[in-house]
Amino acid sequence: MAEYYRPEDLARFAEMGADAPELWEKFDAWYGAVFKAGALSEREKCLIALAVAHAVQCPYCIDAYTQNCLEKGSNVEQMTEAVHVASAIKGGSALIHGLQMRNTAATLSM
Amino acid sequence: MDQTLPSIPQPREAPPEPLPVLNNGSGKPAVKQFDKSLQDANVGALTATGIETFQINVGRFCNQTCKHCHVDAGPDRIDETMSRETFELCLEAIRRVGRPAVDLTGGAPELNPNFRWFVEAAGQLGCHLIDRCNLTVLLLSSQRGLAEFLACHRVEVVASLPYFLGQRTDAQRGDGVFEKSIRALRKLNSLGYGVPGSGLTLNLVYNPTGAFLPPDQTALEVDFKRELRSRHGIEFNSLYTITNMPIHRFLDFLVRSGNYERYMERLVNAFNPAAAGGVMCRKMVSVGWDGRLHDCDFNLVLGLEVGFGSPRHIRDFSPALLSGRRIVTGQHCYGCTAGSGSSCGGSTV
Repeated sequence: MAEYYRPEDLARFAEMGADAPELWEKFDAWYGAVFKAGALSEREKCLIALAVAHAVQCPYCIDAYTQNCLEKGSNVEQMTEAVHVASAIKGGSALIHGLQMRNTAATLSM
Repeated sequence: MDQTLPSIPQPREAPPEPLPVLNNGSGKPAVKQFDKSLQDANVGALTATGIETFQINVGRFCNQTCKHCHVDAGPDRIDETMSRETFELCLEAIRRVGRPAVDLTGGAPELNPNFRWFVEAAGQLGCHLIDRCNLTVLLLSSQRGLAEFLACHRVEVVASLPYFLGQRTDAQRGDGVFEKSIRALRKLNSLGYGVPGSGLTLNLVYNPTGAFLPPDQTALEVDFKRELRSRHGIEFNSLYTITNMPIHRFLDFLVRSGNYERYMERLVNAFNPAAAGGVMCRKMVSVGWDGRLHDCDFNLVLGLEVGFGSPRHIRDFSPALLSGRRIVTGQHCYGCTAGSGSSCGGSTV
């Protein structure tokens, strides 16, 4: 395989239903329901999805939710702030594990 | 494009001819035929249901050169402008239709030397008049008194403002356009436009500033009203979200930036049968600066005249023959049928 990630695969997502149609249909229905406006607007949900896409570093999701955010009326400034939120949580998450390091170091040290 | 984002190559001198690109794709297989999408959705061939709107494209002359312009208008298009004789034929056609809304577009329609005469004449017929205004034209020294003239004749102003922030507006419409647009909007507000109870209607038009579909019209209108009021003290009536058509300058952008196939796929995947049933061409006729008749302004700039036996020039105008005509369609029609639909009056679904 020449490459792991291919942009054209984004449009082939539904092929994941080929050998597990019932599971795919359940996923598809749930996914669609998740992004419908509820207590949060569709725009807010798309911004959360964009942030999570960066946190999980999924190029397909970043591609899809950049477009979706623009089509829900978010601007690049808002989207950049959302990515910073994801980055802050990722960074903070790494940093707070430093307490495990400190706890372990304290246990091991005289 | 946002000034902080990477730039794409600058435009060529002339955009590509749109129909060959739309019909063949850019070296790749063309997207599904629009008529096949209609057929698969059981919508069938599109036919007109009447002439509620009589749209006149008075010419391609404009004081701006916007990057998304489907008309390819600009200051150099001075020779493509409607004559007094053709305007008079339009007036006669309007009389025969009854009292359609008269929708004036261009270019900058106000820069046609017959504009004010025609507005007065059409107004005397009792028609509701719409001026598709780029806003900056109101500040030109040659157009002194234009805003007052529009207000005096109760002309509805439909003004282009792609975003409530300067950066994105200027990226699409040219450096400094946003600041001038705000000044023009303040002028219109001062005359009563957009002010509740004045009877003077000011609607704004949003076009996406890139290769994506417009947001939900209602949600974006809330944003525009909040931001324009708080930042600039500006009021308006309604926001129309309009999808960018993959023709002329916007098509050029799509091809140069490598977005053409993706954008067309986006339009096709978002095809909405309900939007197809409500397309604006079913209720209007569009007259070009040269008097030729078209189903809409997009067909006009593509050179697609009305077909299927309909009279093709304003001198042969027949309300009976045009009111139930079959619409001439093409791949660009996906632009009006994607998502919530798109028309000169915003979303249709």
